[in-house]
Amino acid sequence: MHSTRSSVTEMTAPLLSIRNLKTCFPTRAGLVTAVDGVDLDLYPGECLGIVGESGSGKSVTFASVIGLVRSPGYVAEGTIRFDGTDLRNLEAEQWRQLRGRDIAMTMQDALTALNPALTVAEQIEEVLLAHATDLPRKGRWEAARARAVEMLRLVGIPAPDKRIDDYPHQFSGGMRQRIMIAIALSCRPKLLIADEPTTALDVTIQAQVLDLIGDLRRELGMSVVLITHDLGVVAEHTDRVAVMYAGQVVEIGPTQELISQPKHPYTRGLIGLIPRLSDLDAPIKPIEGQVPELIGLGGICRFHDRCDYRLPQCRSDIPMVAVGPGRQARCIRAKENLS
Amino acid sequence: MKPLALIGRIAQLLPVLLGVSVIVFVMMALTPGDPVEIMLADQQATPEQAQALRHDMGLDRPALERFGIFIGNALTGNFGLSFFHRRPVFDVIAERLPATIELTLAALLLALAISIPLGVVAAVKKNRLVDRLAAIGSLFGVSLPGFWFGIILIILFAVQMRWLPVSGRMDFACEVAPITRLMTIDSLLRGRPDCFADALSHLILPALTLALPMAAVLTRVQRAAMLEVLRSDYIVFAQAKGLSRRRILWRHALKNALVPTVTVAAIETGSLLGGNMVVETVFGWPGLGRLVVESIFVRNYPLVQAAVLLYAVTYVLLNFVADILYTLLNPRVRL
Ligand SMILES: Nc1ncnc2c1ncn2[C@@H]1O[C@H](COP(=O)(O)OP(=O)(O)OP(=O)(O)O)[C@@H](O)[C@H]1O
Ligand code: SF4
Ligand SMILES: [Mg+2]
Repeated sequence: MHSTRSSVTEMTAPLLSIRNLKTCFPTRAGLVTAVDGVDLDLYPGECLGIVGESGSGKSVTFASVIGLVRSPGYVAEGTIRFDGTDLRNLEAEQWRQLRGRDIAMTMQDALTALNPALTVAEQIEEVLLAHATDLPRKGRWEAARARAVEMLRLVGIPAPDKRIDDYPHQFSGGMRQRIMIAIALSCRPKLLIADEPTTALDVTIQAQVLDLIGDLRRELGMSVVLITHDLGVVAEHTDRVAVMYAGQVVEIGPTQELISQPKHPYTRGLIGLIPRLSDLDAPIKPIEGQVPELIGLGGICRFHDRCDYRLPQCRSDIPMVAVGPGRQARCIRAKENLS
Repeated sequence: MKPLALIGRIAQLLPVLLGVSVIVFVMMALTPGDPVEIMLADQQATPEQAQALRHDMGLDRPALERFGIFIGNALTGNFGLSFFHRRPVFDVIAERLPATIELTLAALLLALAISIPLGVVAAVKKNRLVDRLAAIGSLFGVSLPGFWFGIILIILFAVQMRWLPVSGRMDFACEVAPITRLMTIDSLLRGRPDCFADALSHLILPALTLALPMAAVLTRVQRAAMLEVLRSDYIVFAQAKGLSRRRILWRHALKNALVPTVTVAAIETGSLLGGNMVVETVFGWPGLGRLVVESIFVRNYPLVQAAVLLYAVTYVLLNFVADILYTLLNPRVRL
């Protein structure tokens, strides 16, 4: 799964390219900059993991990509290019055609993302009817239904031809998650944004769902953004990983290298959270402190207050620096051998 | 709906009906005025004749005894004779009921037809011109008395423009044999478009008068429900699926946002019953509401009692209907 990525990345053009993305929410307390200068590239067929604590801007970054930042939030700056298209200048109808067909998304909470008042059948069929140009003219509905059943079978819903007419609340949490994935994948998108696809699931189902996404990725050649809290999931299922902190990417690189040799103190902290097989009894060391308020930050490293390695020089805006082939980190001490 | 819940519902009805009977009886007993005197007002009757009539109608007995007799009879489905018509109350009411049902249904349909689209559009265009206008309109609708609309509508469309008749239900020329006894429907069923047009022209103003205050309430309910729904995750997800705006609004959002509107509409239909009395009187509509008003004026006790009981039953039943609709529209709830 994580094979020769670095050689591929240098040759092909990215499918998705985000530059200097800034997304803001006006609030009573002030202007919250939830995403602040994010640069990311995603290559065809690649699986990019996005990790970071709650509130670090993972969901908002990709809500910005798909043009669905909740009001009153808005994308303030930056460029987003997808497959040759500038996503910041799309008409409503162009968005409609792109979403669901070329870029699909699963939401963090399957419980609330499926419409409680519509049957699962309708919620899958409608995507197919909206996008799938290869449905036959005659008997479009029957064809859509057959394909919807097929998708449910693919994501492992037992007796899909019977269950398809049920409502979302009649399914368990894990099944709803899979139904959402079935919906997202039904038009064979080029890019799947999977926001915490497994958080609510128990470990075995979690593995099933992730393997399923992996299988489909290989089968369809799609790219996947896998947003998660869980570095274990990242280690097992992604090619590259971007670590986000307080609205910024603080470290990015090939998954194996990043995990075995983290460069940013925050990444080190996160990795300290995975219990190692060798010493399962060792206590998990949580990172102390909290993510700062995302209002009026700047002029200081965002991790400063929680960092064990801080220096006086850290009181300035910290740029991303290259720290190896395909690797970058946002820390002035990233090149030192800290321990 | 489990049978147990159904029995519970019916059991719930009994104390309501008893309470309503007591209240109406006491109120009628306390209001001054003697039906016999009113009935005999323009006849030269001797005191003996009046006494005989009073005895005949059971009015010479003590109030408590009269109440006991009323309850006893009511339990067997006998509501007595209407004082003035000298016919069973039941028949008199049954004769007037279809007109009221027609008016109420028309008002309900109108109110829904106005409030659902308006509430949706107001929510989508929140704080814009349409929304502001809808808010002002609703405020008027809620705060102005219903008969005021009636009078304005009569002056405007019937007196000034002469587009619509001032009162009544039907022209004499239109005698269609009854099927449902709802004139608009019967005239259509009998293939008389001319009569349908006539029935409709009589119906529209009183129906609108009844509908406007209800539409005002329902528009606010629909708007609030829609705003709430539009914030939910499944709307974002529907957008992420690349569905058309129309489908997202009128299928995904509305199917959820209709639940409160329809529920409130069913309950509000109960309040239409009260509004009917005023509107039917203003428009000379030959329905139950007007009959009740007239009966109160002439102290026609048996009829008022029976009609009020009917209102109470209807009101409770409508609440029941509201619950059922809520369940039907909301697949998560199973009674
Ligand atoms: N509707 C909103 N109004 C105001 N601020 C918001 C809103 N949505 C998000 N934010 C801000 O954006 C920040 C990032 O939110 P986001 O949902 O992207 O976090 P996340 O990394 O996905 O976290 P989680 O792991 O909990 O999903 C939040 O901390 C919050 O300050
Ligand atoms: S820049 Fe300084 S404060 Fe920030 S993470 Fe690096 S060492 Fe810590
Ligand atoms: Mg999130």
